[in-house]
Amino acid sequence: MSRHTITVTVNGEPCTQQVEARTLLVHFLRENLGLTGTHIGCDTSSCGACTVNLDGRPVKSCTVFAVQADGAKVGTVEGLAAGGKLHPLQEGFWEKHGLQCGYCTPGMLMTAQGLLRSNPSPTEDQIRHGISGNLCRCTGYNKIVEAIQFAADKLRAEGTQA
Amino acid sequence: MIPGNFVYHAPKTIDEALTLLQTVDGAKILAGGQSLIPAMRFRLAVPQSLVDIRHLKELAYVEERGDVLAIGALTREFQLEQSPIVARSFPLLLDTARVIADPIVRNLATVGGNLAHADPANDHPATMLAYGAQLVARKKGASRTIAIDDFFVGLFESSLAPGEILAEIRIPKPPPGSGGAYLKIERKVGDYAVAAVAVQLQVSGDVVKSIRVGLTNVNPVPARAKAAEAALVGKTVTPEALEAAGQAAAAECDPSSDLRGQVDYKRDMVRVLTKRAVRRAFERAKGATS
Amino acid sequence: MTTQLDDRKEHHSAKPAGVSAQVPTSDHVRVTTPDKVCGMGHRMKRKEDPRFIQGKGRYIDDVKLPHMVYMDIVRSPYAHAKILKIDASAALAIPGVLAVITGEDLKKAGNLHWMPTILSDTHMVLPIEKVIYYAQEICVVIATERYIAADAIEKVVVEYEPLPAVVDPFEALKDEVIVRDDKAKKTNHIWHWESGDAAATDKALASAATVVEQDIYLPRIHVSSIETCGMVANYDKARGHMQIYMTSQAPHAHRTVFALVSGLPEHMIQIISPDIGGGFGGKVPVYPGYVCCAVASLVLGRPVKWIEDRSENLQADSFARDYHMKAKLAADKNGKIVALKVKTLSDCGAADAAANPSKFPAGLYSICTGSYDMKAAHVEVDGVYTTKPPGGVAYRCSFRVTEAVHMIERMTDLLAHELGEDPADFRLKNFIRPDQFPYKSPTGWEYDSGNYAGALRKAMEMIDYRALRKEQLEKRARGQLMGIGISSFTEVVGAGPSKDYDILGIKMFDSAEIRIHPTGKAMARFGTKSQGQGHETTYAQIVAEELGLPAADVQVEEGDTDTAPYGLGTYASRSTPTAGAAAAMAARKIKAKAKKIAAYLLEVGEDDLQWNVDRFEVKGSPEKKKTIQEIAFAAYTNHPQGMEAGLEATDYYDPPNLTFPFGSYICVVDVDTGTGEVKIRRFVAVDDCGNIINPLIVEGQIQGGLTMGLAPAMFEEIVYDENGQNLTGTFADYLLPTAVESPKWELGKTVTPSPHHPIGAKGVGESPTVGAPPAIANAVVDALWHLGVRHIDIPITPQKVWRLLRAHGVTE
Repeated sequence: MSRHTITVTVNGEPCTQQVEARTLLVHFLRENLGLTGTHIGCDTSSCGACTVNLDGRPVKSCTVFAVQADGAKVGTVEGLAAGGKLHPLQEGFWEKHGLQCGYCTPGMLMTAQGLLRSNPSPTEDQIRHGISGNLCRCTGYNKIVEAIQFAADKLRAEGTQA
Repeated sequence: MIPGNFVYHAPKTIDEALTLLQTVDGAKILAGGQSLIPAMRFRLAVPQSLVDIRHLKELAYVEERGDVLAIGALTREFQLEQSPIVARSFPLLLDTARVIADPIVRNLATVGGNLAHADPANDHPATMLAYGAQLVARKKGASRTIAIDDFFVGLFESSLAPGEILAEIRIPKPPPGSGGAYLKIERKVGDYAVAAVAVQLQVSGDVVKSIRVGLTNVNPVPARAKAAEAALVGKTVTPEALEAAGQAAAAECDPSSDLRGQVDYKRDMVRVLTKRAVRRAFERAKGATS
Repeated sequence: MTTQLDDRKEHHSAKPAGVSAQVPTSDHVRVTTPDKVCGMGHRMKRKEDPRFIQGKGRYIDDVKLPHMVYMDIVRSPYAHAKILKIDASAALAIPGVLAVITGEDLKKAGNLHWMPTILSDTHMVLPIEKVIYYAQEICVVIATERYIAADAIEKVVVEYEPLPAVVDPFEALKDEVIVRDDKAKKTNHIWHWESGDAAATDKALASAATVVEQDIYLPRIHVSSIETCGMVANYDKARGHMQIYMTSQAPHAHRTVFALVSGLPEHMIQIISPDIGGGFGGKVPVYPGYVCCAVASLVLGRPVKWIEDRSENLQADSFARDYHMKAKLAADKNGKIVALKVKTLSDCGAADAAANPSKFPAGLYSICTGSYDMKAAHVEVDGVYTTKPPGGVAYRCSFRVTEAVHMIERMTDLLAHELGEDPADFRLKNFIRPDQFPYKSPTGWEYDSGNYAGALRKAMEMIDYRALRKEQLEKRARGQLMGIGISSFTEVVGAGPSKDYDILGIKMFDSAEIRIHPTGKAMARFGTKSQGQGHETTYAQIVAEELGLPAADVQVEEGDTDTAPYGLGTYASRSTPTAGAAAAMAARKIKAKAKKIAAYLLEVGEDDLQWNVDRFEVKGSPEKKKTIQEIAFAAYTNHPQGMEAGLEATDYYDPPNLTFPFGSYICVVDVDTGTGEVKIRRFVAVDDCGNIINPLIVEGQIQGGLTMGLAPAMFEEIVYDENGQNLTGTFADYLLPTAVESPKWELGKTVTPSPHHPIGAKGVGESPTVGAPPAIANAVVDALWHLGVRHIDIPITPQKVWRLLRAHGVTE
């Protein structure tokens, strides 16, 4: 059974840790690095609460081994706010009441970031499909859609990437 | 929830990967991991070793090569969705890519993995059957081409030999007058199909010149609906012809009763979807844009 | 923002039940404070959001204590089996495994292998003789690392002798296989409960012009909050102190139960319910895993963490419904409803453990005469044991009101269709009228206020109902199937008056403790526990409304039993009716003291003062004033001699009655005759929850609740095979709707305050989950009625619809 020393750049910081081959990326982030913003909600890759950015795309970190992220760049919810300023997506979720218990929220934010990066002007239908890999029990989704639309509008107005 | 232990390899070259596959006991390929890792987390799959092929970037591409669309096996599903070539000339493939699992899973899931797993519930097998694709398999020192009709041989069993890796998928470019469509019924977005039908056809006027139909999750082994094809070749696309094809497809498949539906319901969904998919493919062949 | 007339006079004191109070309905939200105060009616952005949007929430699995170890559970693969042997030797041999605890170990540790349930039945923490449901906890393993604990449970070898499973509750009643042979009486029948007048009802049914009958089944479903259940138990041997972090919707009640069961003194137990990722009733019961985790910490003297997997959560706890209802609804020759008779079998699982108030084994189910005026009703429920997990009251059901409303709204629609009457007009004809409030129902409820016709008319207007009926006829002629379904529900929440309501004997009051600091900022603590309902914002807005302190200056806390006043927690939409009332009442106590201080500071009599938003002014000379902030400062620096310093108050609120939110929902569906798929084209929801504290949060509750009504209506069902094995034990097969399946809900409102609640508010969290499923079911039946279809049980899957279509000759 192999143990590995891996270096993953998380939110811009290189982090070197020892892990088992089987250590899931989500546990690496939460337990090894103490970044508990990424959550676990299921065991069948269904809920998306664990979504993080891996080398530019949102992935379900419960379905990735940490060793697969060796040498890669990972972005988590803790890295969204730059220099103390909330990301437009975070602003949008707050403005539009896009969260209630907050448990699915980090995953939704990371998925939404990925969505807006590849499609800065999504239609409502594209947003709904874009977040269809993320389950929420509290909000009924409509206010999450509005939050993402708010952020898309703001990012376009500012001329910045998500 | 927590997988068992294993030995992990991450080869930097294809050669290294092929050597590992031949020499390491109980070695399994880790591509996207979106089917394998969930199975490992439930300890339904307990591989001794994993060979992670993520560094083999030369296996990820979508390119036109003469009259063939060549897709590297490590191509992630989202890359199919984003490819202008696929959007322009391979609507059946685009339809399929859009309904595999969910969009986050598609960032990692690979085309090769979806086929090599030989899971009758996966979506690409039916589509590749409809396209008449060719698959390229490589092992140390050798490579061969396998016709899609010869690729699926049993339940979760492909004709890949031990030590072989699926390297490339080749889809013949459809000739003028072609259309294709993939229609899938799922209980919710992200689910496997209750039933799905892939159609690729070529018409001359309103007459079907050639047609291939693949079915998803209604046979233990991914298969074509050959009787449905026969019911349409050389025929004009009319409601009666469609109904005959639909009934033929429904009769020749072999679905199982499970939480997705009883046998009679699945058969009837094959009938309805076959009709609708053929009609959609026909409309696209005639120039419809959706 | 113009201020509205203060018409709260009649709401200032709780009205005793029985006093007539016809309450007018309004269509707007009342706002009386300026933006900077942000009292009731303001769409205040939530105060709790900043930590969640930055990933800085503190959920149970985020808690990491020094020397913490991990617990995992070995679970039964059988629904019913004798336990012959448990061999943990291979597990104990794994490096890092510290202990394995079995039922025998718990018995030796002081009979800890049994615990009481909320309905005073007993449930095994860990079984010794036999298992009685699939996935039941058999033994627990504690290891230094989570991954080692996961390896260890695979190595525990348990020998079973399978017994026949008892899956069908009707079969269970035959008592051929006994589930609970630990009981003195060898029967699977648990209890029988009745409400209403059987003789009068039977008489009315016998002489009625029309009687419709229907069997209605609501299958088991699962709350599936995105966070599962878990605990970190931390026993400090040196101090004799047990600190527990727990996914708990009712931390004080849990603390008391732990004290009684474990023998640990209650003042040395601290339960902290930090941020909770959704509750919906699934985090009310005490599950065996919690007890084992606490015992493990007690034994090992170090922190033990237990977080259940989703599979464990879906298979072993937090289920809801499982009611088999047989209903008869009768009308006279004018189509006026005269009587309702319901006989129900409640499949309780392996213990009577539904989270109901103790006198209500069937919860508030007898609200099932609904929004309709009728003279006679009789309701019977029988509880039965089966070899399935125990539970039943969860998933935003408001103590079985989902079951009651589903039944009456299906029956009303069935009766209307049978009589050939339009379902909206039939309801309008039969509604309880506003002048009949407070309304005494034939099963003994006193509804506080309502305007059912107002809500339905508003919904009909929003959706252009008459035009839809025209369209339906036109489409039907072309073979296109569309349906329109209505649900006009009456909810009942706010448990409850101490006379009738207790959980395991603890009365169901709730509490608020408000303390204002010298610089005019406040701390407010409550006995409830939000799992996403926004209490940190809404309670602050109530205090702002009452005292003029900006809501931004009121820090709300819940969930730590060491600091929060005793309360019964948050579930069944009770927080606003109970703790919200306590907040207002505590604030009024503070205001009374503040008035004395103001009079002292201004050197006038109290009668010379009037209150204006955030200050006391001298009548006739408003420039002579003291703001609440000035008064707060004076409470510590310049209070009158003979008065205690400080400015704080606590209130334990005993509600005089429950509150009765209501609404009307209208759903439009289109049916695909080829595939049986049902698409919701439109869904209008008009809700009335009385006075609204924060419209943004209320909208959020309704939208979320509607999706949790859609889910059981069309997707969710826990399925067991004939051996009692759970076939839908993961999210791969237990289907939660995504943003694609969930429609764009259209919301409307009316505002009919509660006459007895201090701020006229009623509670709203569960109304949409109660009201939505029958609207959807009614719409689908309506689409197929002309074919001869009379009823469909939920979940309404495409396959079910397909089968009905084909059976009635419709195909593509």
